[in-house]
Amino acid sequence: MNGEQIIDKYFRPGRLPHIWCPGCGHGVITGCIVKAVDKLGLSKDDVAVVSGIGCSSRASGYLDFNTVHSAHGRALPVATGVKMANPKLNVIVVTGDGDAAAIGGNHFIHAARRNINITVVLYNNSIYGMTGGQYSPTTPLHAKATTAPYGTIERTFDMAELAKAAGATFVARATSFHATMLQDLIAKGIQHNGFSLIEAVSACPTSYGRQNKAGGPADMMKWQRDHGVPVAAYEKLSAEDKAGKFPIGVLYEVEGVQEYTAAYDELIAKAKGGK
Amino acid sequence: MSRKLLLQGNQAVVEGAIAAGCRFFGGYPITPSTEVAEGLSKELPKVGGKFVQMEDEIASIGSVIGASLAGKKVMTATSGPGFSLKQELLGYACIAEVPLVLVNVQRVGPSTGQPTSPSQGDVMQAKWGTHGDHDLIALTPGSVPECFDVTIKAYELSEKYRVPVVLLMDEVIGHMREKIELPDNYDSIKQPMRKQPTVKPEDFKAYATDETLIPAMPAFGSGYRWHVTGLVHDETGFPKGTPAATVESTNRLHDKIYNNIDDISMVENYKMDDAEYCIVTFGGASRACYEAIDMARKEGIKVGMLRAITVWPFPAKQVKAIAAKVKGILVHELNYGQYVQEVERVVAGKVPVHGYGVYNNEPATPEQVLAKIKETCK
Repeated sequence: MNGEQIIDKYFRPGRLPHIWCPGCGHGVITGCIVKAVDKLGLSKDDVAVVSGIGCSSRASGYLDFNTVHSAHGRALPVATGVKMANPKLNVIVVTGDGDAAAIGGNHFIHAARRNINITVVLYNNSIYGMTGGQYSPTTPLHAKATTAPYGTIERTFDMAELAKAAGATFVARATSFHATMLQDLIAKGIQHNGFSLIEAVSACPTSYGRQNKAGGPADMMKWQRDHGVPVAAYEKLSAEDKAGKFPIGVLYEVEGVQEYTAAYDELIAKAKGGK
Repeated sequence: MSRKLLLQGNQAVVEGAIAAGCRFFGGYPITPSTEVAEGLSKELPKVGGKFVQMEDEIASIGSVIGASLAGKKVMTATSGPGFSLKQELLGYACIAEVPLVLVNVQRVGPSTGQPTSPSQGDVMQAKWGTHGDHDLIALTPGSVPECFDVTIKAYELSEKYRVPVVLLMDEVIGHMREKIELPDNYDSIKQPMRKQPTVKPEDFKAYATDETLIPAMPAFGSGYRWHVTGLVHDETGFPKGTPAATVESTNRLHDKIYNNIDDISMVENYKMDDAEYCIVTFGGASRACYEAIDMARKEGIKVGMLRAITVWPFPAKQVKAIAAKVKGILVHELNYGQYVQEVERVVAGKVPVHGYGVYNNEPATPEQVLAKIKETCK
């Protein structure tokens, strides 16, 4: 399917153009989600997309699935309810770095801990874009933001490491530059029977780039190209060469951990058996 | 056939939820509501339902919103501090019109307050706790048997009007044990049903309404794909930022409740036929009033009671009717004086309105209520 056919099939008529700024990586990431769904041949009726609040979370309204644009940080609790009520649905959470790492951080670690079969696509643009460029938990140390005019003094959250530590059973990362890889990773995440995180490193030329002299959209994409290193190659780098770079690809995958809705089905059988 | 049981109010809520078809509960432990979560963690799986103890109060109401969208009847339960935390998503449920039942077993506040002594200090919060113009329904049972019936009613109203219903309990009713007679099974309990679309999926507009002003609500996964948002939206369900869209949305969310006020409003009148004075009260505060009224009548004071079961929307019609026939009204509530302000607003000076707010961690005794009757009804 070409781009136009993808749009016709998966984007709601009349909802485009989207709200994202020129050069934003979010459109590419959203395209990767629908291409992953298409690749897997899922029925649109069987897909639910739940988002929070922020630039990323506007994606839900554009997509022709069962969609919820929930409240700030709350996509995962709502998605948990959807999945528990109807485990047949493929539930995808669309969230951002502020949404998932800050206001929704508690929900993030607990959904991972439960290993509920939800696929989280975290659009990480390292900034609060919709409110105009405040620092988020993933803003690089010393980077500038409207609320960090002297540079941030806070260390960043590595959301992939956090997910792994919290109990997620599939963790991956790509960028909006590495779109083919991203699409593939999202498809793997959807297929994985458990909690999966796909961190999609995005670019925000408007609210992050300008404040940090990161150049225009093309420069920010080149930065992604040069700093995202496939995990096998990344592992071989010296500590010195790793500085400033980050691994992309499947970062962690484990099978054999019971998925939450499946565990609940067993619980129901037990309760009905009067045990 | 029926069962005669001795149950706490909270346990009767559990039975009412199961009977009404609740099949998903998301909760978080907090006294004095925990028995609702404990009971449903045991009972829901037996009927194929699910219970999740979520990571916090916000996640609890978030999860029930999700489960409701996927077609389940749902409940969450909490008490004061947790009720405050749930307010944001309660507002979401109002604007997105997501049916849910939120149990708040009130305790003394604000903040951690006096855990877990009786209070009715959340009565205004139940109506106005979430930000922005909105309407919802709040019901307050006055006895353990009524907890069962009112819980079923909460589902009926929530599903019918697509509005969150606050089951505004208090510690007195939640923890009190009384005799209750329940059916052996709940097969004969009428199951509230959501309005379903009559058009094909491709013609479906998620928030289009008819004269009832209630949009149809197909479940996620049913083949009707629709969008749910907390942004002001038009009949398509997608955000619309115009002044007209806001006015239309706000009006409809109000009118769908107030056009049906007679269906929603429930009160009990106790000895009001010949009453010259009336106590307006609700929930646990009403318990001392029955006996106080009987004692007062022995002393020749013709007093009766209007007990609000539907506390929100305010039973304005019923209170106005009483104001037209009595010489004075005494409002008894377990707080510093909240509901009395609504009564005063509606009575509008027609007869004297006295407040009897009790906020010392204990419900008033019949003798104390009697003393207040004597003091004010003259």
